[in-house]
Amino acid sequence: MDSFTVGVVVFPGSNCDRDVSWALEGCLDIRTKYLWHESSDLSDVDAIVLPGGFSYGDYLRCGAIARFSPIINALDEFVKSGKRVLGICNGFQILTESGFLPGALVANKNLNFICDDVELDIVSSKGGWFNNGDEKHTIKLPIAHGEGRYHCDSDTLKKLVDNELISLRYKNNPNGSSFDIAGITNEKGNVLGLMPHPERACDETIGGTDGLFTLKSLILK
Amino acid sequence: MDQFAVKVFVRLRPSVLDPAGEATKSASIKLGAEGIKSLRIGKMIEVKIEGNGENEVREKIDLLCDRLFANTVIEDYEYLLEKL
Repeated sequence: MDSFTVGVVVFPGSNCDRDVSWALEGCLDIRTKYLWHESSDLSDVDAIVLPGGFSYGDYLRCGAIARFSPIINALDEFVKSGKRVLGICNGFQILTESGFLPGALVANKNLNFICDDVELDIVSSKGGWFNNGDEKHTIKLPIAHGEGRYHCDSDTLKKLVDNELISLRYKNNPNGSSFDIAGITNEKGNVLGLMPHPERACDETIGGTDGLFTLKSLILK
Repeated sequence: MDQFAVKVFVRLRPSVLDPAGEATKSASIKLGAEGIKSLRIGKMIEVKIEGNGENEVREKIDLLCDRLFANTVIEDYEYLLEKL
């Protein structure tokens, strides 16, 4: 049997694709394969990461153009089959723009591009993305975004809360996100979008390892 | 085929905070402009398009607005259509 392979999607303007690949291959020994956005063949990958960056230069809105790439069209079947998809930062923006996750990400309340470590509460273990072995309820991950303020209407927020779809909340909300939301899943739990960067917290020498578990959980069935 | 010039206006919904608008409002007041009650920033997209009559072109523009130009979770849109 071929070993489990995570597809890392590369858009024009992605800039965390190599970081994700480094974290998966170098820190977790999980095989990765870069997938160019014009490809629509997902047959030889078992999970997918949409990495951070500025796909298509963030033209129009963050993630708005990426939504129409062949690989995102092919993602529908992949998600329906129950395979796991992780959208980090710009990847989260693409997942909301394309309707895989509800809501939208808009400009930070204070207009600053925020590059910092943030404390996050693990709110829900839906999909097993944060069931870390140490039973940690708070983790620290880096954020780096100008448009990371999660917004949704009150009905959507109620649905997110009632169905335990909110995975992560900021302890000290840095960007004005509704309900301090930093990450959410779909109802099935196989799609996670989050603004913080787990791939930048996978080795003590770069400040922490709280991102390891989330990346490792890509291999969960 | 008829030619049309379309101006699409995309605006953040009133319920969505517009920090860029707030910052510009603050700068406007510093400039000395008085009486500004509200200032919000949107986008205007100009499209030249051809089609068989206004109805067909409106259908195309509605699709573009709804699926691409605006994210209706956070934005509203309206457009002006002029036959050339």
